[in-house]
Amino acid sequence: MSGAATPSIPGVAALAFAGVGMEFPGVRALDDVSFEVRAGSIHALMGENGAGKSTLLKILGGAHRPTAGEVRLDGRIVEFTGTSAALSAGVAVIYQELHLVPAMSVAENLFLGHLPARLGVVDRRQLATDARRQLELIGEDIAPNTPVGELPLAQRQMVEIAKALTRGARILAFDEPTSSLSEREVRRLFSIIRDLRARGCAILYVSHRMEEIFALCDRITILRDGRHVETAALASLTRDAVVERMVGRRLADIYRHETRPAVGPGLAVEALTGPGISAPVSFSASAGEILGIFGLVGAGRTELLRLIYGAARSTGGTLHVAGNKVEVRGPRDALRAGIVLCPEDRKKEGIVPVRSVLENLNLSARRRVAKGGMLINETWERRNAEERIGQLRIRTPSARALIRTLSGGNQQKVILGRWLSETVKVVLLDEPTRGIDVGAKSEIYAIMQQLARDGVCVVMVSSELPEILGISDRILVMRGGAIAAEVARSVATEAGLLKLALPVENAVATA
Amino acid sequence: MNAPARQSFAATFARAGMPLVLVVLFASCALGIDNFLSVANLRGLALAVSMTGMVACTMLFCLAAGDFDLSVGSVVAGAGVIAAVVMNRTGSVMAGVAAALGFGLVVGLINGLVVARLGINALITTLASMQVVRGLAFIVSGGSAVGIAAEPFFALGGGVLAGVPIPVWITALCFAVAGFTLNRTVLGRDTLAVGGNAEAARLAGINVTRVKVAIFAAQGMMAAFAGVVLASRVTSGQPNTSVGFELEVISACVLGGVSLSGGVARVSHVISGVLILGIVQNAMNLLNVPTFWQYVARGLILLAAVLIDRWNHSRRE
Repeated sequence: MSGAATPSIPGVAALAFAGVGMEFPGVRALDDVSFEVRAGSIHALMGENGAGKSTLLKILGGAHRPTAGEVRLDGRIVEFTGTSAALSAGVAVIYQELHLVPAMSVAENLFLGHLPARLGVVDRRQLATDARRQLELIGEDIAPNTPVGELPLAQRQMVEIAKALTRGARILAFDEPTSSLSEREVRRLFSIIRDLRARGCAILYVSHRMEEIFALCDRITILRDGRHVETAALASLTRDAVVERMVGRRLADIYRHETRPAVGPGLAVEALTGPGISAPVSFSASAGEILGIFGLVGAGRTELLRLIYGAARSTGGTLHVAGNKVEVRGPRDALRAGIVLCPEDRKKEGIVPVRSVLENLNLSARRRVAKGGMLINETWERRNAEERIGQLRIRTPSARALIRTLSGGNQQKVILGRWLSETVKVVLLDEPTRGIDVGAKSEIYAIMQQLARDGVCVVMVSSELPEILGISDRILVMRGGAIAAEVARSVATEAGLLKLALPVENAVATA
Repeated sequence: MNAPARQSFAATFARAGMPLVLVVLFASCALGIDNFLSVANLRGLALAVSMTGMVACTMLFCLAAGDFDLSVGSVVAGAGVIAAVVMNRTGSVMAGVAAALGFGLVVGLINGLVVARLGINALITTLASMQVVRGLAFIVSGGSAVGIAAEPFFALGGGVLAGVPIPVWITALCFAVAGFTLNRTVLGRDTLAVGGNAEAARLAGINVTRVKVAIFAAQGMMAAFAGVVLASRVTSGQPNTSVGFELEVISACVLGGVSLSGGVARVSHVISGVLILGIVQNAMNLLNVPTFWQYVARGLILLAAVLIDRWNHSRRE
């Protein structure tokens, strides 16, 4: 616990970014970002995906070196040459994916890189004693010789924090630490973070969750498109003010929701079961309706869409599309029935990065339009690509450009464009705007509304509450692999949906 | 100013690099090595690369789909032996060729089904079939070369048409078909999509299993056919031939810019890769480079090819 409580020099910020800029080839991730984080405070860092939060954390953690500006600790300029340099200067960044070795014990992980040793042989007893002391400091009762891989995620996070403190960290940055924790685990984490604050640590806290930010943090810095927008005391801001500063425009202008008439049956799911689903799922959505499905990570949303699309095999249940029963055993069955899916992970499941925009647009229509089912119909493919590029305003130098060179939003439009060549009755969208800038988001919402207006049934899964509230006609909430509730647009609120989505541990305890 | 210039050089190299290297290599061999340009040498060179060329035609699909096939060398040997044994037993050339091709097809189908259906890594799968097939070649032949009696059969490997050996014509035809298939058919484009991102291809409605099985089956048939041509050339089926042949073919493809991670292949560049390897080998022979050093040189060329692949890949990131 050598340096955790080192008193800071009064009047000098524990951590300061001064004019920090970061340029990657072709992208300016950060531009002239300056703000200070005080010792003994919890400082929120917010911004949309791509706003530059992660880049800033990586600079702080020594994984990137800024191309402009400087980072100061207690007023002294520091230049980290790597993560270990940052660590020895007392800076620890706790990333979403934890940097622990699953097969090694808690104790070994805590002291990884500087295990207590005599003549190169690890002193096991010393190690266990030291580890127990470190864990007690954060109030964790974990046996030091447990392999980290056997711990639940929340406890692994505690180990990561303890590990940071072992190295004498007094500046801790958390990157979305609660994204896969239960409510009780979140409370536990918060009390540890508050404890760290009381000991004089400076804490930078990155999260998308408004509730958490307002419950935990003292001050906030908002980034947008790599630029610093505002640093202020949280008490002086409302939630809507924070969101509007993050997106840079009024909320209603992004979604432009309109009411549409339902035009008959769209998708009907009855008693669907399969991997990731804990209780048979039934719901229906009309043609011309946008149905939002909200839930936390692990609630089974993605699994549900994959089962409907046949990307994963269902173990039971029936599907109806436009009133007709359909058998879906794989994606090709779904496509034939008029169901399409824009998957959650665009890079892994959506695009073929090394091929052109044209090839990606024609990926599924290709065989159908081929001459004799074998020879490429080049005229059709070229015309189709040009048409989609124009229709969806896909920004690309040409149809022959590699799709990987496009921005996330334009890649998503290509995936949507791929499906517009099919006879679409049901569009399943899984986190359609993740990692996409606001401008492209707004365009994708417009495409969704257009599809609905054309009588397509649109089902969107999202973990972003503003998006769910902004675009859906009706909302399903999923929790623990089952549908927990259905909420009408008119009565849906962020707090209400979140409450429905959180695990009900207390209810289980009293039952 | 500097960066765009460098990028355009890199882009130019990626586009024209290997054909360019080929031209330079050919010119310097022509100028620097006596006899290199002699008709006899050029004919020998063409004949030597014809085998690699034929199998590279299907191997490039295999690699482009993100897979690997290490069994081709063994299939060449096995098919040659089977052709020889069947021809000798039945007295029919057609029966021998058909049996050999059927054998290649079966090996290819098994490879393809294990890789695509059961999801086993292609490297391991074909490493296994490589050994199984080599073993079968020895078992069928009784451990030694099987001489072929049917003389008409020798025209396939030994004949000459318009001054060019028949196997060279066959290879040229194979490349033409491979180029057409890759660029103009659904199977070709699907191959690149599957190699570029199998899951995205599957979710886009492409039958990934069928694409992969088709490629492996074609690969097995092609390797078997190469084995038949070789048997015809050497007038016997030899169980111990073409050891390490698979590496030569893969080297040629990688040298020809076929990405080891799949999704990228150009037939014209693969032809360059095949010829570059052949010319280097030929030049070393003409210069009397000892065999042991030839191994070293071939290994270094493969390493260079992989590094270029890596470099191209990271450039694309």
